[in-house]
Amino acid sequence: MADQRIEPILTDSARLAAAIPSPVAVAPPEARRATWLGLLLEREHVLAGLLLAPTLVILTLFIAYPFVLGIWLAVSDKMVGRPGSFVGLQNFQVNLNDTIFLRAFQNTFVYTFIATALKLALGMATALLLNHHFHFKRIIRASMLLPWIVPTVLSTLAWQWMFDATFSVFNWVLMNAGLISKRILWLGDGTLAMGCLIAVNVWRGMPFFAITLLAGLQTVNPDVHEAAEIDGANAWQRFWRVTLPLIKPIMLVVVLFSMIATFADFQLIYVLTRGGPYSSTHVFGTYAYEIAMRAAKLGQGASISLFLFPFLLMVIVFQLWYIRRSD
Amino acid sequence: MAVRYGGPLKRAVTFHVPLALLVGATLFPFYWMVITSIRPDTELYNVRSNPFFTLHPTLTHFADLFELTMFARWAWNTLFIATVSTAISLFCGLLAGYALARLQFRWAPPLGMVIFITYLVPPTLLFIPLGDVVKTFGIGDTPWAVILTYPTFLIPFCTWLLMGYFKTIPREIEDCARIDGASRIQAMVRISFPLAIPGILSAGIFAFTLSWNEFLYALVFLSSPQQKTIPIGVFTELVRGDVFYWGPLMAGALLGSVPVALVYSLFVEHYVTALTGAVKG
Repeated sequence: MADQRIEPILTDSARLAAAIPSPVAVAPPEARRATWLGLLLEREHVLAGLLLAPTLVILTLFIAYPFVLGIWLAVSDKMVGRPGSFVGLQNFQVNLNDTIFLRAFQNTFVYTFIATALKLALGMATALLLNHHFHFKRIIRASMLLPWIVPTVLSTLAWQWMFDATFSVFNWVLMNAGLISKRILWLGDGTLAMGCLIAVNVWRGMPFFAITLLAGLQTVNPDVHEAAEIDGANAWQRFWRVTLPLIKPIMLVVVLFSMIATFADFQLIYVLTRGGPYSSTHVFGTYAYEIAMRAAKLGQGASISLFLFPFLLMVIVFQLWYIRRSD
Repeated sequence: MAVRYGGPLKRAVTFHVPLALLVGATLFPFYWMVITSIRPDTELYNVRSNPFFTLHPTLTHFADLFELTMFARWAWNTLFIATVSTAISLFCGLLAGYALARLQFRWAPPLGMVIFITYLVPPTLLFIPLGDVVKTFGIGDTPWAVILTYPTFLIPFCTWLLMGYFKTIPREIEDCARIDGASRIQAMVRISFPLAIPGILSAGIFAFTLSWNEFLYALVFLSSPQQKTIPIGVFTELVRGDVFYWGPLMAGALLGSVPVALVYSLFVEHYVTALTGAVKG
């Protein structure tokens, strides 16, 4: 089958090769085949092994090995600068009796689900807006991605300054508009601080939803929409019945990616509140850092990080199942 | 997708106003960085003065940033680390992506799956044991601690993106070169790799921005001031206990954002391709 397919090319290229020397063939085939190395590399599985080797070495050393080491640390009492010994599930027991940990557990889910839902809703609305034709569309679309591009730490510092206890710009506006008489301590109360964290996370992550969903929208054939319109569907119905089902696959993948990233978030929370006030806004990531790096309890910290794993595994299994199904 | 509108008023309410609000909310924090970095301290720390503009713009915060901290050094570190880790990841990802997309061998499907899974592993899961590994290798507090660990999330991404890209290049082009006498490797290096340059560029830009912005590994693995990257340096060296030096902080935040925004603006389309390609399963 394959031979038949390339036969005309063969005659063509043979003629070409006779006329001009091909730039690709530097060595005549006989000379090349003479070396055993050249012969070995002609075998696809040998070449594949060679090409994949650097990747596999790095991933083994810096992902697989640390992962196994992490499981060992989680069942040990290792401290910084001191070898640990096996303590069984003691670390997990300590965690489950630790009120700050339980708060972090709850926060992680609240933060992930509320922020992801808002990013999806706002991202979809933005994508629908950007899908119009309008002036300066390219530059507006490009600038929409800025929160996603710049280092999160640096933009979060700007937000922290905007939420400052004394000099918050929001307070300045609200006070000058006569809406409040006393300053709001944006980051001074656990619930309000969590709200601020979610707001900044939405600000930073929404563009990713908007731009990927926009790419999905652009693949929707306009004819389908016109057909639905002729059939009497209004804009709202067209969105729910036509657009949404068509972009559901990309939407699902974006949501899953974003959920993993939000669930495992560290930097935004660590910079804006450092888990405060009074350890009320910790998530798994920041609390693991607090215990492992500041309290030097590496084993305990590793056991907190490991709580991310079941959730991660669920998402991965779901994703693989979904890919296989759509194949 | 064709979208039709009603009259101008309806269009203003349903389109222009929401779009303006959206752009305003998106860009406001950047405006805040700029205005804070040029307002003198006497205005910054005065609740009475209007915070939205200044009549006395000053560059003292920028001068302080360079004189009182090692900002220039951090900028160089960040550039060096981002460039080298991107180069390593592109090299590995290009070879691996090619192998998984083009070569026929028994292990291709499971290896593809393994790389996809590592793509989803967040740094938060591994930073504690990885800190131990970095120490064991004797590269703690050196640029290599992050140059060698950033590829753990960059390589899977590059591989995934380039694998998809190679699948769009017709196999026949390589077959043709093979018939002309090119070896397997020559066909790969001289025919397929040049055709993948747009994909390589996309993956490279995305990887560069990711490593420029990385925080957790750099925070844990780099501790001495002269080894820090911009995100870590600005965050740790300009905040002393409860005291925040907001002027220099925002000047640093601005200068740390500009290079990556510049790279992005030069290659918006490539970046968007990478972003949307990254999520296509």
